[in-house]
Amino acid sequence: MSTVAAGDHHDHPESPYSIKRWLFTTNHKDIGTLYLWFAFIMFLIGGVMALVIRTELFQPGLQFVDPQFFNSMTTMHAIMMIFGVVMPAFTGLANWLIPMMIGAPDMALPRMNNWSFWILPFAFAMMLSTLFMDGGGPAGGWTLYPPLTLQTGDALPFVILSMHFMGLSSIMGAINVVATVLNMRAPGMTLMKMPLFVWTWLITAYLLIAVMPVLAGGITMLLTDKYFGTSFFNAAGGGDPVMFQHIFWFFGHPEVYILILPSFGVVSSIIPTFARKPLFGYASMVYATGAIAFLSFIVWAHHMFTVGMPLAGELFFMFATMLIAVPTGVKVFNWIATMWRGSMTFETPMLFALGFIVMFSIGGFSGLMLALAPVDFQYHDTYFVVAHFHYVLVPGSIFAIIAAVYYWLPKWCGNMYSEGLGKTHFWLSTIFVNLTFFPMHFVGLAGMPRRIPDYALQFSDYNMMATIGAFGFGLSQLLFLVLVIKAIRSGKKATSQVWEDAEGLEWTLPSPAPYHSFSTPPAIK
Amino acid sequence: MFAIKRLNAWLGLAFISVVSGSAFAGQPINMPPGVTDISLEVYNMHMIAFWLCVVIAVVVFSAMFYSIFAHRKSRGVTPATFHESTTIEAIWTIIPFVVLIALSIPATKTLIDMYDTSDYDLTVKITGYQWLWHYEYVEDGVDFHSKLQTSLSQINNDEEKGENYLLEVDNELVIPVGKKVRFLITSNDVIHAWWVPDLAVKKDAVPGFINEAWTRVNEPGIYRGQCAELCGRHHGFMPVVVRAVPEAEYQQWVAANAKPESATEYAAISE
Ligand code: HEM
Ligand SMILES: [Cu+2]
Ligand SMILES: [Cu+2]
Repeated sequence: MSTVAAGDHHDHPESPYSIKRWLFTTNHKDIGTLYLWFAFIMFLIGGVMALVIRTELFQPGLQFVDPQFFNSMTTMHAIMMIFGVVMPAFTGLANWLIPMMIGAPDMALPRMNNWSFWILPFAFAMMLSTLFMDGGGPAGGWTLYPPLTLQTGDALPFVILSMHFMGLSSIMGAINVVATVLNMRAPGMTLMKMPLFVWTWLITAYLLIAVMPVLAGGITMLLTDKYFGTSFFNAAGGGDPVMFQHIFWFFGHPEVYILILPSFGVVSSIIPTFARKPLFGYASMVYATGAIAFLSFIVWAHHMFTVGMPLAGELFFMFATMLIAVPTGVKVFNWIATMWRGSMTFETPMLFALGFIVMFSIGGFSGLMLALAPVDFQYHDTYFVVAHFHYVLVPGSIFAIIAAVYYWLPKWCGNMYSEGLGKTHFWLSTIFVNLTFFPMHFVGLAGMPRRIPDYALQFSDYNMMATIGAFGFGLSQLLFLVLVIKAIRSGKKATSQVWEDAEGLEWTLPSPAPYHSFSTPPAIK
Repeated sequence: MFAIKRLNAWLGLAFISVVSGSAFAGQPINMPPGVTDISLEVYNMHMIAFWLCVVIAVVVFSAMFYSIFAHRKSRGVTPATFHESTTIEAIWTIIPFVVLIALSIPATKTLIDMYDTSDYDLTVKITGYQWLWHYEYVEDGVDFHSKLQTSLSQINNDEEKGENYLLEVDNELVIPVGKKVRFLITSNDVIHAWWVPDLAVKKDAVPGFINEAWTRVNEPGIYRGQCAELCGRHHGFMPVVVRAVPEAEYQQWVAANAKPESATEYAAISE
């Protein structure tokens, strides 16, 4: 009996080459690693899709792909990047970091943790397989608006099922975060002492639990409309296609904050370390995050200004959207005040965090412009919107994820990465990301609609520029892969502190961090 | 190590030259001010919002870059320890708030104008189809389809592309200058969006529902736009072309194109 119990308890990881270790692991670090590698693979696949799009758009005229396939590329690219890259990468970071940051041995619900990860490869395999089905992959846009989405061929039920799986996975991940944060903090780690990464993830987890079921409801109604004769979104049967948009964006707007709040936490960890100065306005950062989360539930129809809402609705959503810019601004101001009169150095994580602040703010500015409903009539569904959300998502969320990897990688694998390669990766990424997305503002304002495979001649120069940038950005990420693999295999041994002035419990653990984080709770100052 | 540093310097230089080079590309990079009072208001508001963002950006980023320059460890500074100030935090919460209120006042006014479809002179019912538009002049009894005229050989790169590549149609929507034209917009299949940038009109065409919009064009001319809501395979190939003509010319056009039966039919319905 006792031997069974002992065998059950893994104090040490099995060999990293054992498949069983990875399939059955309940260890937060293993699962975090799985999530992060999964996100990276999806990043490459979603990136290839983006390059298909950009290749077709290199010049006016149809050159490479059929317009229907083009549409399924834009649709799939978005789904892969949102559900397959940013969300899993954040969950991976949560898994690795939250137990270490709050002084816990592991996540609260380890078996569910394993399940929530292992759903994902199946969900995305199913999603990708729809590209080979009769009628092609989903091509109605990631927003899945009916009636267009109901014209999807055999792929539709598979797309919807796979999105249910993704939703299930993220709800379980979120429940795990909430349970861990609320129950497993070391004695003395009060809520207002938690690192901001933990705070932002806690709030993100609540957003996820609140809105993923709403998406699930909406897409299930699509399914019943298509196959079971209901008319939720069919005016001829007494339904309303616009109702889907309300349901979708009630999920969709909080979703975009799900994609950014943990980045705020990452940046709030990195800036103080390299400025050698405590985070400015910790409490207001927490409140601003809470305010953003609350407001994110009452701004959804700013995605639907042209849909024909009544005037009162337009005005309400315009005011609420403008309001959300205030707490967002507060965050940026606080980061700069943190840097102010610090003693800064500029290692790679800091560079990515600074890049984040500048370029995320550019996305925030275009967001503010988009909030003005009468002007949004001109911006809506053009490349200006594409520029907006790529600025907040690529040099925003993705840069924050990359910054986090650089910052915590030495703690994870015990080795330092190559600073020279890291800086090169930063500069290449920054140059190319701007070359890709900045010209999109121009063509959008000049009148180029989004989601078109071919365009009028006056948009050609900036499209060409964007395509060149996109290839440059994509290739630069291979450098990141090389760098990470090099750091894992070799590289200077990292100290437990890693960064001179980093604060937080994770830096009290040796590097690499032991398989179980804190078997006995650490003392909290 | 040195090689990498030099590479970084080159990359920085390349970045600067690309950014400044783009100013010479000569293609449009901004929203058109358009040809209606509303489109001009929208344009002005866009520019105000833009410059406001520029000003905020300059202030915020200057502070940041100054700090990056001055407060770096290599200059031997010792870090300060302050980490909050209720006054400052209150100030930078309240100022943006006030600025936003100031911005929302003209936006609200313009929006109210855009929603006021009363006192119109004529009505055009616009119906989106996959992938063309149908126009019906409710009072004047003209109706026709309007679809892309660009040849397939241009799209497939077998022939040189014309000046209005993808923005040309067989039958243009003709409207009189100086008159308030009301649009009733709907769709026959999936959602489309009818958009002409120079008129600052963009409205979704939703099957089963009728949306309203209006315009009053000040200058005769041809104004080109496109479907703005993804509507399937040929979404990129359903342009909108509006030809605004003087009142007299419009009347002649109506006389030449009206189908009398349908006019009475509509008159009977609307009575
Ligand atoms: C200052 C804060 C922000 C404001 C005021 C804002 C405002 C807006 C508005 C009004 C739109 C609709 C534009 C249109 O379709 O016409 C929009 C679109 C979008 N925003 Fe933001 N935004 C902000 C920040 C963010 C952040 C932080 C993210 C995500 C990280 C984000 C992601 C998106 C996405 C993905 C879309 C487009 C969705 C689609 O149509 O496919 N935004 N934003
Ligand atoms: Cu939104
Ligand atoms: Cu369309």
